[in-house]
Amino acid sequence: MRHLLSVLLENEAGALSRVIGLFAQRDFNIETLTAAPTEDETLSRLTLVTTGDDRTIEQITKHLNRLIEVVKVIDLTDNEHIERELMLVKVRAEADARTEIKRTCDIFRGQIVDVTVNTYTVQLIGPTDKLLAFIEAIGTSRILEVVRSGVSGISRGTKVLSV
Amino acid sequence: MTEMLSGGEMLIRALHEEGVEYIFGYPGGAALHIYDAIFKQQAIEHILVRHEQAATHMADGYARSTGRPGIVLVTSGPGATNAITGIATAYMDSIPMVVISGQVPHDVIGTDAFQETDMIGVSRPVVKHSYLVEEAARIPHIVKEAIYIATSGRPGPVVIDIPKDTTDPNELFEYDLPDSIELRSYKPAIKGHVGQIRKAVRALLESKRPVIYVGGGVVQGNASSELCSLAHKLNYPVTNTLMGLGTFPGTDSQFLGMLGMHGTYEANNAMHHADLILAVGARFDDRVTNNPSKFCPDATIVHIDVDPASISKVIAADIPIVGQCKAVLAQMLKNLDEELNGREIDSEPIDAWWEQIDSWRESFGLDHGLHKAESGSGKLLPQQVIQVIYRATEGKAYVTSDVGQHQMFAAQYYRFDQPRQWINSGGLGTMGFGLPSAMGVQFAHPHSTVVCITGEGSFMMNMQELSTCSQYSLPIKIVNLNNQALGMVKQWQDMQYGGRHSHSTYADSLPDFVDLINSFGHVGFRAETLPELEEAVELAFSDKHRSDLVFIDALIDPDEHIYPMFVRGGAVNEMVLNKYD
Ligand SMILES: Cc1ncc(C[n+]2csc(CCOP(=O)(O)OP(=O)(O)O)c2C)c(N)n1
Ligand SMILES: [Mg+2]
Repeated sequence: MRHLLSVLLENEAGALSRVIGLFAQRDFNIETLTAAPTEDETLSRLTLVTTGDDRTIEQITKHLNRLIEVVKVIDLTDNEHIERELMLVKVRAEADARTEIKRTCDIFRGQIVDVTVNTYTVQLIGPTDKLLAFIEAIGTSRILEVVRSGVSGISRGTKVLSV
Repeated sequence: MTEMLSGGEMLIRALHEEGVEYIFGYPGGAALHIYDAIFKQQAIEHILVRHEQAATHMADGYARSTGRPGIVLVTSGPGATNAITGIATAYMDSIPMVVISGQVPHDVIGTDAFQETDMIGVSRPVVKHSYLVEEAARIPHIVKEAIYIATSGRPGPVVIDIPKDTTDPNELFEYDLPDSIELRSYKPAIKGHVGQIRKAVRALLESKRPVIYVGGGVVQGNASSELCSLAHKLNYPVTNTLMGLGTFPGTDSQFLGMLGMHGTYEANNAMHHADLILAVGARFDDRVTNNPSKFCPDATIVHIDVDPASISKVIAADIPIVGQCKAVLAQMLKNLDEELNGREIDSEPIDAWWEQIDSWRESFGLDHGLHKAESGSGKLLPQQVIQVIYRATEGKAYVTSDVGQHQMFAAQYYRFDQPRQWINSGGLGTMGFGLPSAMGVQFAHPHSTVVCITGEGSFMMNMQELSTCSQYSLPIKIVNLNNQALGMVKQWQDMQYGGRHSHSTYADSLPDFVDLINSFGHVGFRAETLPELEEAVELAFSDKHRSDLVFIDALIDPDEHIYPMFVRGGAVNEMVLNKYD
């Protein structure tokens, strides 16, 4: 099962490497990881996408909590939540293909953020499956480069992750 | 008035104010400012070791025998990396320790400077936490926080890596040690959940075939007296892990002995047939569970541990309780009284269970494997050596050990009645641990008898510390169960590799241990027969040698195996009981 974990971490040098080290050391899987400071600059917020059965996820959560710099951990997938990922895709866009690419972009609510004589750079925001669907729709043969930010998530409603 | 001190001075001052008596260390360039600060004071005694690994094991032995954190000081680069094995050893057994490593100055960090190693990176997987000192003024705070983290919750080693510029004697700072430490991200559990405690007590009372399975968490958590009260009140059988020995008296009739790979027949059978297991401060290590899928098929598992990550890691707990062993057991005792409300515990089912256990005990109990001695091969047996030591020390010595057959013989045959009496590397299984840890114990308890039961292979991994023992006049008694081989390896090769002894023997190249010991100014005896051993032991523990380090080279039967031993991949009660059956 795929899980989205949100972690509040002390914004200190070396803290992130402990999180990553833990996953490597205990053979836990990380699909994506995002990290940046929050409105409170002493804290970083991480979103981790991982997969595993309930036992494994429980162990991941417990071991994250065991790290001294981890302030809080929640599993967003336990409740309703919003997840978004940003993707930049550079595609080959010869004159005769441009209309078609634009149309696909519109369908996925992507934006063309850079244009050259024979390329487009498309920016897309959404849940991971939407981004993957876009790649499929455009066709890998047309794609020159893909950059994904990894997933960020937040719970729906009034539920808040804070200290 | 605040005092102005250098970083090096603040470090030593803070350690002293936190109650530190000893630093075990070894100097080098990056640590020299700190060494100069040590030179200028008397409050803390620095012990000069001969190898940094040994310093960590000394601090570890000090910590295991007192419950107070062991402190280590090493230089950068090779000093730091030499300390890693000892840090990992402490980490696996949850031992409170603070390791201070010198580091190259900030302005050259990252340039592959002379003796630069990324100590924070190298130690990360084997520490509870670590600090790279950025500002000298923070040193007292970091020391206090490091000790707090090392000793609270599930204890463990903490590294403080100190770049040389932050200990510069010419740069002075206001010394400010905080009164207490408050961390928003670290709040170790204390009491257990009341509802879970009630459930656990009811399950205990309903059980017909209970076993209390106790690990090192009860040693570290000083919970032995609560444990004994609970076990005695219920009259339930108790087994200890290798790390838990001494938490329940080895001489108590309710004690089943150690469980696990080399556990007793009765302990492993009781575990397998139990309908309830109360696990206290134990972590279901693979040397205890054997094949987890066959582990204790009928048992309800109640698991008490201060570390939530230990619970349901290997074996799923039916009633998990997170909290300090001491607090949780006290809660259970209180709840038990309330639950019974003056009523007696129904002893009938327990009587039947005890009958069953006694019959296991009588059929294949510990001495079953000793029949070879009775048949009189004439050779000295390791089991006999431990029994002789046990009698000579009246069961009261601190006993440290190394890793191998000798360790398991010591665990089986010395009956430990007190927690902290038995000191060995259980989790990492570090050969070379025995002598230096005994030294740490002897520093902590200068008037107590400290015995190191070792094997010649393990002993040779840290024997340079015999020189340190001379320097500080440590009267340790070392008993070398000399089978002229890496006995444990050889046994596995006998049992699983058709007797092919690949690189496990070296009989022709061993030193004359008595000469070796003498050359360091210590006393050595050799024993090849039981009478010779008895004589040597009597002398070693006599007043004559009270203040000497005495080494007994006991030449034991090289073919002896340690039994019982788990059948690989089996249930806990599937054991090989001796060489012949
Ligand atoms: C540092 C280290 N290296 C290797 C091992 C693997 N090992 C476990 S027991 C053992 C043999 C120990 O020999 P000795 O100390 O003579 O004890 P004996 O088994 O003969 O009693 C070895 C090599 C270990 N535990 N630690
Ligand atoms: Mg040996």
